[in-house]
Amino acid sequence: MFLKVAWLVLRKDIAIEVKTREILYTTLFFAVACVLVFSFAFVKEGVPVEGAGVGILWIAVIFSGNLALGRTFERERYGETIRALLLAPAPRAAIYMGKLLGIVALMALTELLLVPMVAFLFQAPLFSWPMHLLALLVLGTLGFASVGTLFAAMLMRSRTRDVLLPILLYPVTVPVIIAGVLGTSALTQTPADEPMATLWISMLAFFDVVFLTLALWMFEPLMTE
Amino acid sequence: MTADFDQVSLVDVSRHFGRRRAVTKVSLSAGRGEIVGLLGPNGAGKSTLMGMAASLVRPTSGEVRYGGGTARSLGPALRHQIGLLAHELHLYPELTARQNLSFFARLYGVDAGGPVEAALAAAGLSDRGEDDVSGFSRGMRQRLALERALIHQPRLVLLDEPFTGLDDRAVSVVTERLRGIAASGAIVLLATHDLDLAEGLVTRVVLVQGGRLIADEPAQAGVRARYRALVGGA
Repeated sequence: MFLKVAWLVLRKDIAIEVKTREILYTTLFFAVACVLVFSFAFVKEGVPVEGAGVGILWIAVIFSGNLALGRTFERERYGETIRALLLAPAPRAAIYMGKLLGIVALMALTELLLVPMVAFLFQAPLFSWPMHLLALLVLGTLGFASVGTLFAAMLMRSRTRDVLLPILLYPVTVPVIIAGVLGTSALTQTPADEPMATLWISMLAFFDVVFLTLALWMFEPLMTE
Repeated sequence: MTADFDQVSLVDVSRHFGRRRAVTKVSLSAGRGEIVGLLGPNGAGKSTLMGMAASLVRPTSGEVRYGGGTARSLGPALRHQIGLLAHELHLYPELTARQNLSFFARLYGVDAGGPVEAALAAAGLSDRGEDDVSGFSRGMRQRLALERALIHQPRLVLLDEPFTGLDDRAVSVVTERLRGIAASGAIVLLATHDLDLAEGLVTRVVLVQGGRLIADEPAQAGVRARYRALVGGA
């Protein structure tokens, strides 16, 4: 039942997004604009500032993820469909899981564009260790989105949700962001520090387990008015 | 696990939002076959009572009992027995009528084939099933939302202003539909400002004002006169 409901919610979100492409386009546009603006500042005469690309990649991922989080839950607020979801005879954590997977999918699509773009503009050797980079991005995205989904759902009825979401989200997800940046830096430095990258991947996995467990546990009490 | 029940009872329930007391020590109950009209002016606490009966709003004090159990003891199985049509219609405007009904049917473990087609027919939208809800009039959305709330054949049907935006013919259809589901053994709790429609439809009238219960009596002719006598208004 848990997985079935999570899948239904995810499929519904995908169906809406395929129709409107609203969140995907705005997220992609924002992420691309963000990287382009930074490239003008940090690439002088074709030579980028050392290590800037990694930081900018993660900034673009996190900021565009924040945008996607707000818009996804705006849809559930309009028409109060979140109440209908909460009234379904399923574990409420399954609703959370479905929403989380939708956000992760959107962020992953953005990253598919961002990674080659950053690698090209900042001459960052992001593809030298593809599996390590994949692990860092997947785990970092999951960690950020797991907390973000919980906070975005919790703040849905707050009038100041757009301001409160980043204020609450960024401090809590700082460990994930730091681990992502340092892990990716270890991969792109010369020579690459593979053991250090693996350590940060392990740290990210640990953060994900903690954040995901807490979020699944707290979703139901936080969503009951 | 099933969580069927013959009666829903709100026992001394209060709900405070910060300093504001939305509902204060209200007790009422409704049994199978009844259509209870929840009447009262704006801000009387009707929607909060509906939310508590739907298990979406937790009472600050008191409890809501479904037969012998509570929302906590019955868990998710209870929610299978509740159908809610709220002020906001709980529909996705980006999806078609059929997609909306199929999604909610599956969410309740109902087959998305026959029941969805039957719901579309009951809403008078069989020929508009593939149209996006965003293109529907308020009345069409209202009819669709009602069928969405009923698609899993709930025992407890909670309707907040179900006649909003409906034309005269649709009002007659919905009225008959509500009588039918009550006759089939559902418990219907209906919040409305339309006293003329309430008269002749509801079997019992519950009046609330300022978050307090001021009357709970069998429905009889002259609901409007009784309402004015107790609540006031020209």
